[in-house]
Amino acid sequence: MSGYVYYPGCSLKGNAKHYEESILPVFKEIDLPLEELEDWNCCGATAYFSVDDRMAAAICGRNLSLAEKMQKDIIAPCAGCFLTLKKSNKFLAGGSEKARKILGALDKAGCSYGGKVDVKHPLQVLVQEDILERIKARVTRPLAGLKVACYYGCQLVRPFTDFDDPDYPMTLDRLMAAIGAEPVDYSAKTRCCGGSLTGTIEEVGLRLNYILLKEAKKKGADVIATICPLCQFNLEILQDKMVKKYKDDITIPILYFSQLLGLGLGLSKNTLGFSRSIIDLKPMWGKIENGGRR
Amino acid sequence: MEIQRKVKYEEELDRTFSEVIKTMSGDNELDHCIQCGTCSSSCPMSVYMDYPPRKIIALVKNGFKDEALRSFTIWLCPSCYTCQVRCPAKIKITDVMYALKRLAIQEKVYPSRFSIPVLDREMSKMIAKNGRNSELWVVLKLYLKSRKPLGLLKMAPMGLKLMKTGRMSLKKESIKDKKQLRTLLKALKEEA
Repeated sequence: MSGYVYYPGCSLKGNAKHYEESILPVFKEIDLPLEELEDWNCCGATAYFSVDDRMAAAICGRNLSLAEKMQKDIIAPCAGCFLTLKKSNKFLAGGSEKARKILGALDKAGCSYGGKVDVKHPLQVLVQEDILERIKARVTRPLAGLKVACYYGCQLVRPFTDFDDPDYPMTLDRLMAAIGAEPVDYSAKTRCCGGSLTGTIEEVGLRLNYILLKEAKKKGADVIATICPLCQFNLEILQDKMVKKYKDDITIPILYFSQLLGLGLGLSKNTLGFSRSIIDLKPMWGKIENGGRR
Repeated sequence: MEIQRKVKYEEELDRTFSEVIKTMSGDNELDHCIQCGTCSSSCPMSVYMDYPPRKIIALVKNGFKDEALRSFTIWLCPSCYTCQVRCPAKIKITDVMYALKRLAIQEKVYPSRFSIPVLDREMSKMIAKNGRNSELWVVLKLYLKSRKPLGLLKMAPMGLKLMKTGRMSLKKESIKDKKQLRTLLKALKEEA
């Protein structure tokens, strides 16, 4: 397939609007403008695989088929969508009887799938050697002085990672360094945030995320850069509750890596969705030399 | 005090169970578990589980169907795949957890008002109907169906923060070609 098509998934149209507001301009800036997959459906996330795995793979198959018709590979910024689409793609290509029946159903519904589409995460594309060089050459507002904890979470690097390490990945660290920021040695970078548990059993969500925030603070980070909407949400939304519960000031901005990248590439601070941060960003602006202005 | 037997005798075990789970999960290595405990020590959730992953694998392997299906463990697994990538026997532990969740739902032995399976089911229903998931509406359903309307009040400050930053939408999302989705799901049922 030549080129990419953008699969937003539900989050980037919902609470993660600022992920979309930053990833699209960044890709445009580096000459890879993305168009949205027409009439995409939800990937089903972890929920559908817990209820009915055949249906789960089938609805992913519909998305893959839509991309195949456009002759493009999919870029999925949400780590949950990325994993789910990748997992289903692999399953459908596996040749099992179960897979053949699902492909048959896709045929009947007029969305045949020939298995030609690849599913990628934007990070994976941005750290390809030629593109990383392009980014380095176009940095106009280096984020010097900003200490970043790079948080990969789980589903980007496990279990199907083919571009980084499942335990201690480094691609995002390299990308942040390329725009002049200073990545800290963040040992919790692939520890799970609990996913939907924050919404279902808050007690558990609080503790898991407290561990992640505390480690970032301990390493002196000014901001955590995330690559997944669920991670971003979990790390950010309950901070005030954690401060109260654990009597520990773990307050720290949680941004999408694409917001910081856009900043480094010199895009306007006002168009990258920074106003959607629930955490006050003033201390962070103070860390970046000249306050993030050009 | 009531005296209860703590062990099961062989005739009380389900010897077909591990084969069922292997088929459902696509895992072929389950029998090779050496009970090393790498999974349990890697799991960020094991401190909350009634049976840590190592024990779940032992339960499945040896036919303790009731214990495995009724455990909280399977619902607490957030599918971070740490156990799965680290398992020296290459057991697809996360996929085994998914298979257990599906079987528990099929056989209706999951805790019916427990929020996690409720969320999974409500979200799946919404996707099957509209092709997309609407965050706010899923959360509303979750609290109504798990019968914790007070929980919704506790969520209000969170909702307010999202509203203020323009991150909450009241819109019910939907794909255009719902007919195609219906045909697909129907065709799939017929193929089963």
